[in-house]
Amino acid sequence: MSKLLVKERDVVVPGEDIVEGMDYLPSKGTYREGDKIVASQLGLVRIDGKVIKVIPLSGKYAPKRGDTVIGKVIDVLMSGWRIDIDSAYSAMLGLKEATSSFIARGADLTKYYDIGEYIAVNITNVTSQKLIDVSMRGPGLRKLEGGCFIEVNTSKVPRIIGKQGSMISMIKQATDCRVIVGQNGIVWISGTPEMEAIAIDVIKKIAKEAHIPGLTDTIQTYLDKKVPKKKIVEPKAEEQEKKPEVKDTEEKKETPSKEEKK
Amino acid sequence: MNYKKRLDGRKFDELRPIEAKAGVIARADGSGYFKIGNTIAYAAVYGPRELYPRFMQNPEKGIIRVNYNMLPFSSKGNRVRPGGSRRSQEISMVTEKALLPVLDLSEFPNSVIDIFIELPQTDAGTRCAGICAASIALADAGITMKDMVSSISVGRVDDQVVVDLNYDEEAYDAPVADVPLAFLNKSKEISLLQMDGDITEEQLFKAVEMGKKACEKISKIQREALKNKYK
Repeated sequence: MSKLLVKERDVVVPGEDIVEGMDYLPSKGTYREGDKIVASQLGLVRIDGKVIKVIPLSGKYAPKRGDTVIGKVIDVLMSGWRIDIDSAYSAMLGLKEATSSFIARGADLTKYYDIGEYIAVNITNVTSQKLIDVSMRGPGLRKLEGGCFIEVNTSKVPRIIGKQGSMISMIKQATDCRVIVGQNGIVWISGTPEMEAIAIDVIKKIAKEAHIPGLTDTIQTYLDKKVPKKKIVEPKAEEQEKKPEVKDTEEKKETPSKEEKK
Repeated sequence: MNYKKRLDGRKFDELRPIEAKAGVIARADGSGYFKIGNTIAYAAVYGPRELYPRFMQNPEKGIIRVNYNMLPFSSKGNRVRPGGSRRSQEISMVTEKALLPVLDLSEFPNSVIDIFIELPQTDAGTRCAGICAASIALADAGITMKDMVSSISVGRVDDQVVVDLNYDEEAYDAPVADVPLAFLNKSKEISLLQMDGDITEEQLFKAVEMGKKACEKISKIQREALKNKYK
């Protein structure tokens, strides 16, 4: 007979016992010691049938193949760019993967992406030694000009995107901003200055309250309060929004949010 | 023989009042605060991040770097020259070795986790407070660790075995031994044991047992500190 020593969604610290007995299986963020399952990370307990895992509340972004991230160009090399993706390792963007246009041999690469510029990229490969390859071939992957960037913890990203992108499209609709959320926790927001400020405020609020259930409703009411004039502008705003929306929805496809959220 | 009562009136196995917090430094990946009596330690963790110079990189697993520093004004104003010293170098090294057994760094080849421990106010037991704060900071940074580390100094004053010596006791005019200890919370393995002064075998065993009990209390406080951050 197995005994659960904590409840689901409880915060556990490394070294804390979660289960006593052999009926459950340890998964991410946990390990088995003797007949106990013990947490190895600070986070929330999640029980998925017989599988126990800990969803981390903090920590650096661990690069995964297929993730869309926002990175900053930190170096221009012979045959590509080095990108800081706010993880423990920097990523490499090769020439072929950078643009669809032809780049002549010996061309000045800073014409395409210069140091300090931000780009949305897709991770194509991560090796055991954590060499990361990224690509810009794909919908919505481009240089990010204008707007502003904010940083949130990578563990909060699934909540910001929401189930099937519900949270993010809610913010987009209310504030009329273009938003791209990188899996590494960097968020790009572009719109009118006032609306940008509201969007930033809301995203920060989500990040702060990410571990509290029923967040979508809280944010909905919060947004309604913050954007009162919306009703007058609504029909016009929605039409305008259609265009950028199509472009930006692509990144939301690979949201890992479904499994994380309930 | 003469040491019947402790200088600050505590029982022989009583700890000074402890306060702990997590997430006190906004820009750090993880941070911890640990106060025991008049000793205050702040720890900040940065990383895992890329490690330079390159010759220090280990392609098999990441490394940790600890920097222990007592601020010049922290004790009695007699340690006025700021920066590293032979003492701080040694303590950085033992702190690193006390924390390593709980960390799994194989996921982070060629990288480093930097731990900075600063002590704005000290009254003995600094390396122990530093280890406790660093342990909180590492957990707060979301680093995979199989356990937490807690630490306390034990020792003897005259012929009494005591826990958590303060500076007045360390400087007491009688034979004194100061034994900083660090335990892994679950397995109760010892990851730090140093000794300053002399102590009999019997007293040492008794002191280690008392230290183990004290560390159980400390580990509870550390856990609470981390959980309180998310309340």
